[in-house]
Amino acid sequence: MPKKEITYANAIKEAISEEMIRDEEVFMMGEDIGIYRGAFGVSGDLVETFGEDRIIDTPISELGFVGCAIGAAVAGMRPIVEIMFSDFMTVCWDMIVNQAPKMRYMFGGKVSVPMVLRTASGGGTGAAAQHSQSLEAMLCHVPGLKVIVPSTPRDAKGLLKSAIRDNNPVIFLEQKLLYRTKGMIEEEEFTIPIGEADIKREGKDCTIITYGRMVQMCLAAAESLEKEGIDVEVIDLRTLLPMDTEAIIKSVIKTRHALVVHEAVKTGGIAGEIIARIADSEAFYYLDAPLKRLASEDVPVPFCPVLEKGILPDEAKIIATVKEMMA
Amino acid sequence: MKNENNNKSKELGLKLLKDMYLSRKFEEKVQHYFSLGMIHGTTHLSIGEEGAAAGTCEGLEPQDLMYATHRGHSQAICKGIDINLMMAEIFGKVTGVCKGKGGSMHIADKDKGVLGANGIVAAALPLACGSAFAAKRRKQDVVTVAFFGDGAANEGAFHEAMNLASAWDLPVLFVCTNNTYAMSTHISKVMKDTDIAKRAIPYGMPAETVDGNDSFAVYECIKSARDYVVKNGPMLIVENTYRISGHSKSDGNLYRTKDEINAWKARNPIDKMRNDLLEANTCTVDELDAVDNETTELIDKAVQFALDSPYPELDDVYNDVYAL
Repeated sequence: MPKKEITYANAIKEAISEEMIRDEEVFMMGEDIGIYRGAFGVSGDLVETFGEDRIIDTPISELGFVGCAIGAAVAGMRPIVEIMFSDFMTVCWDMIVNQAPKMRYMFGGKVSVPMVLRTASGGGTGAAAQHSQSLEAMLCHVPGLKVIVPSTPRDAKGLLKSAIRDNNPVIFLEQKLLYRTKGMIEEEEFTIPIGEADIKREGKDCTIITYGRMVQMCLAAAESLEKEGIDVEVIDLRTLLPMDTEAIIKSVIKTRHALVVHEAVKTGGIAGEIIARIADSEAFYYLDAPLKRLASEDVPVPFCPVLEKGILPDEAKIIATVKEMMA
Repeated sequence: MKNENNNKSKELGLKLLKDMYLSRKFEEKVQHYFSLGMIHGTTHLSIGEEGAAAGTCEGLEPQDLMYATHRGHSQAICKGIDINLMMAEIFGKVTGVCKGKGGSMHIADKDKGVLGANGIVAAALPLACGSAFAAKRRKQDVVTVAFFGDGAANEGAFHEAMNLASAWDLPVLFVCTNNTYAMSTHISKVMKDTDIAKRAIPYGMPAETVDGNDSFAVYECIKSARDYVVKNGPMLIVENTYRISGHSKSDGNLYRTKDEINAWKARNPIDKMRNDLLEANTCTVDELDAVDNETTELIDKAVQFALDSPYPELDDVYNDVYAL
């Protein structure tokens, strides 16, 4: 199969472009996604290709245009909305929490909301506390939503295409620091199903469950640990809601050790949910060490680079935690 | 010619009267069964506001879409929702229009153009921009109505949606049911200028204010507004009316006087319509009473349908969380 190298941002753009060609009902709206090309440059030349009628610059009114997207979705269109920073989801929280995921259920299954909300998530950019958060746990607390966090260009493209074709509201959390990273993808069209984890590295001694930007860090830590004789399996969840619990349980039964790593703050984070699912399952009886989690410190993301780096999980912390578990 | 006009207004008057009677009697039954503990949760009654709902919905075309408020029983009934299914919904029955999952605050039926009553004040306004966006894109002769109250006019969603609809010339008809109370808080306490229609001016949008208890006047106003909206873009209509019933079950009516309520009771839209039709010699008392009796029977049947219907099975709780 012929392959090509592509950045994470361009993989996202390709997914949007292909789906817009495939289905006339697909359109995108958000702040400065047209001629400006999006705050992170994701939309590129889409406005030249599809015109201002389908790549639509909105007023700075997240509540207004996300609501508008939901209404258009109920009417049968397939909107993609871009929220510039995932932190700004909180100004249209009503639409994300009370409206989009509830309408189908409240209205007895008569409507569906086929909408994708794309947004740039995570820190490490020096943008401080209101432009750096990882809010996925809050979203996973809302039945009716689907939540995706892709870690590679291939996953980003394949999952976004599935999200656009999905008949439910899907929150697509793009990782800011991954936009410029590169990876290989097929030349041919492909999709990746929502809800399936991907084992990014097979191993037999310890399972690391992670997603998003932390995947590469965990893989690097696994390489180092290999040299010390510890064979780590890295599971990239890819979709947080619905979560591929089966893949987690199967791996933990094999390795007897589990560490969850995420960038989001520890308290109330997804790691707690994953650990609970392991503890609730037959995998519990196989464990040789306590279940562990590594996450950001429970503080707002600080501006100073020294402080910001200090609160985030990193390779050294991952290595130290795994060694401690294996000791 | 005069005779023809008279027939037309007779037909319309009886239709508006029927819608209003259905709404009033429906809610009186809801109130009754609620007081007996046979209806669960909470309900927000619109007794006194039926003229606004009937005139607005009758002024629309059947293909038009509508987002209702949390006080939306009369809006849904007047838009043509099946009253049996709606009553069953409020009783929480599986035969309900939302299979018992929505209840009083979330009555919806897409097939009737009712895109849902909403429990969040002003949420309907941005949502209405979306269906209007789709209709405009598809060059359809479809207007979306966003019902909201005077209280919602103070929400940020009101500003964002009014701005978006006007910037993009979306066919949204913003309809404010101004009953002057946001729960217990009088409009004069929370707005410097209580003329809500003026709020259309900065958006470059036309607006009109109408007596919401005169359903004929509301109908005329909406009919011409609809014509404007489908051709040009959004418009704001303010329908002044009064909520005779309390806000919800918790309302002790401590914020208004009995005299005030009684004065508005005397001006209620059903009696006004009856008087207008009689005074103009458009209808006879017998004709009006026939509508009264017919609607009583229809509502009794709706209640019976709801009472006879089963509750959903517990397994049903997992259905319709996600679409396939």
